[in-house]
Order: sequence, then C-alpha cells, then structure tokens
Amino acid sequence: MAITSAYRTRSGALPLRSFKTKGRPSAIAGVGAYAPEKIITNFDLEKLMDTSDKWIIERTGIHRRHIAEPGTTTLELATKAARGALDAAGITANDLDMILVGTSSPDGPFPSIAARIQDELDAPGAVAWDTLAACTSFMYGLSIADSFIATERADNVLVIGAEVLSRMLDYSNRGTAVIFGDGAGAAVVRPAPKGAGFLSWCLGSDGRGYAQVTCGNIEKGAYAAKDPHPYIEMVGPDVFKFAVDIFIRQANEVCDAAGVALEDIDLWVPHQANFRIIDAAARRMGLPLDRVAINIDEYGNTSSASIPLVLEEAIRKGRVKSGDHVLLAGFGSGLTWGSCLLKWA
Amino acid sequence: MATQLDFKELQDLAGEILGIEPEQVQLEKSFAKDLAADSLDLVELVAAVEDKYDVELPEAELENMKVIGDLWKFLEQKTAERLEA
Repeated sequence: MAITSAYRTRSGALPLRSFKTKGRPSAIAGVGAYAPEKIITNFDLEKLMDTSDKWIIERTGIHRRHIAEPGTTTLELATKAARGALDAAGITANDLDMILVGTSSPDGPFPSIAARIQDELDAPGAVAWDTLAACTSFMYGLSIADSFIATERADNVLVIGAEVLSRMLDYSNRGTAVIFGDGAGAAVVRPAPKGAGFLSWCLGSDGRGYAQVTCGNIEKGAYAAKDPHPYIEMVGPDVFKFAVDIFIRQANEVCDAAGVALEDIDLWVPHQANFRIIDAAARRMGLPLDRVAINIDEYGNTSSASIPLVLEEAIRKGRVKSGDHVLLAGFGSGLTWGSCLLKWA
Repeated sequence: MATQLDFKELQDLAGEILGIEPEQVQLEKSFAKDLAADSLDLVELVAAVEDKYDVELPEAELENMKVIGDLWKFLEQKTAERLEA
C-alpha cells in the first residue's frame, strides 16, 4: 500500500549530487552472475546461534544464503560472473578496455581482484582496478564505466561486484551473521544509441556516518590494531532509517534529472540489504512490489554483488524489456550511495 | 503542521504502517506486546510520523517509545512548542 503523506528531507541530511548523462551514451549490454552452490538455511543457523527461521524472515525476508566453501576465493566467484557477462554481451575478453571490480572482501590487500581477472580472462588491452565503496561499489563502478565511455576513453568496460562476506562474519552475532551471503555479478557496459542506456546518476557519500556499518577495529584500523578477525558490525536501526531515506531521495533525484516520472519506473533494482528496507522504501515511492526486483530471500545481502545478481535474474525471467525505465539503486557503509536511471537498450 | 492534532490521523497512519486496523491503535497499546511491532516497524512508523507532522524525533528518544501514548505525547509537546514560538 502506498503511503500518502509527503516525504520530507531530514535535517542534517547532505544535499544530493545528481547528473544527467552527457557525451556518448552507454548501456548495460550483458549481465552475468554466480553464487556458490553451498546453501545455509535459517534452520542451519538456528543450530549455531540464538535465532529462529521466523525471527530472521520477519526482520530481513531472508530464507537462505549461498556460502563459499572454505578456500574458495572472491576471484573465483568474480571470474565466473565475468564470463557470464561477456557471453551475454556477445564480446570476448580481448575486446575489453577496462575491468572494474567492486569488493569489500578481496582475497588480500593487493594485487587487485581486477588485475587477477584480467589475467584469468586474458584481456591484455584492459586497465584494471578495484573500487571499494562497500555495498555501493558496483554502482560506483558502473558510473566510472559510463563516464569513460561518454568521453570516448573506453568502448567495452566490464564491471563486477564480488564478495565472500562469510569470511567476515561472527557467527555469535545474530544481528549480522544471518544477513550476509556470498556471490558475484558482472555487467558489460558498451556504447548505446542516442536516448538509450544510462540517463542520469545520483552519487554521494557521507563520512559522518562511518560508524554505522564497519568491519574490524575502525578507530585504530584493523591492520594497525592487528585485528585477527575483522567482523562486520552494524547499527541496525540507524542503517534502516538511512537506507529507506536515501533510496527514496535518490529515486526522486535521478527521475528529476532525467525528466522521467517516478511512476514510470518499470523495474526498480535495489541493493538487497533487507526486504523490510526495500518494502518500506517502495511503499513510500508508490511502487508496487511487482515492479521491484527482489531475491534477498535466496541470497541474503551480498553487498556489491547484490544488484547485478538480482538484475541478471530479472533479465533471465524476462522482466526487463527494451525501452523500459530501470532504476538501479545502492547504498552502503561509508556511508555511500549511488543510483542510476536507465532506458533499457 | 496543524495546530490541532487529530488522533484519528495517527491511528490511520500507524494502522497503515503496522498493517493493523486503525481502531487497534490506542494510547495504552504497547508497540511490541499489543501491536506486534518490532524495532524496524517502530523506526518506519517514526519516520512516517516525522514526515507527516514535520517533526524530528531524536534517535535517543526512540528507546523511550513503548506505547502509542508516548508517540502521541511527543507530538502534543511539539505542537505546544510551535504554538508558543
């Protein structure tokens, strides 16, 4: 049910930065996804901690999550998703000008996952690097891809979000251990006909909120403090409020920038953080759930992988047609956020 | 914000957010025990109240919201402050 009262911006909220795209248009030409086969259900978690299937479903909408086997690398997940995206776009690794990986759970500090993927795929012509903006990483990566194509510095860009977050979970903390999962998703971004593809962007960060979602000793630094097990921690209610707020504000911003009415969104593809966040924001935006892409029930929150993971499923199920207005929206630790409106090419 | 608060309006809003009949929303009803609202429901309801009445509830106050009457009292206080201003 749509909430009818007017939406107001909270005091202290940063003004949003939004852009209508300029230059050569670009679009998502193909999407790939991969999640590990191993599944942990809520019933499995009941045996590990004080929680229940009902509690988890009511508060998060999550039924299962896919978890990498010990020893599985983020690189392996990322590479499988990348190959899927290349196939879907009908290009080869040799065509790539740029590889951008968003991850908060790399296999090590360096080299970047992107450089390793360049090697795995054999893409000698690509410049490759990782972007760290937590759950927003994939959106920031897409925005870089669009910018480089717009200015004709690249033609074929591979953007990946990949995570093995299960390595960062404290299985005695039911507030976080039930939420996160592992997976990867990738998109190939290429030049598009005029009027198609990315129409507008809203990107932003608010470092004042750095303590809302963290991993490891944040005041001293996980490395400096020799923190042996940096675990994800989250101030749940604060994140919930921020998330609903920023989803609604970004949706309005990108629609205004592109001159598209919010009710003309055909598919909203939000970061899968929590069903309750998505549901609360959708109601405030007046979007029925049949126009929202949701698969958090199956994968949990896979951070930077969640948007391409759910987008790939939506495309596979025929929910995205040429000419549709598709809104991708993320937010995450930092705090960070990023959204874009696409006219599907 | 209207100078006169209408409890029916709050009942409708809380009913809509919590997915219950507006008549169930009464001053003495506990969010958790009577209305089966969890912490996220409460955050969502407070956000909706903030939007509708153009007020802001400090984060620290959220913990003190136990029954519908607490939320109503907060709104009455805010209205009184505005009338004085």
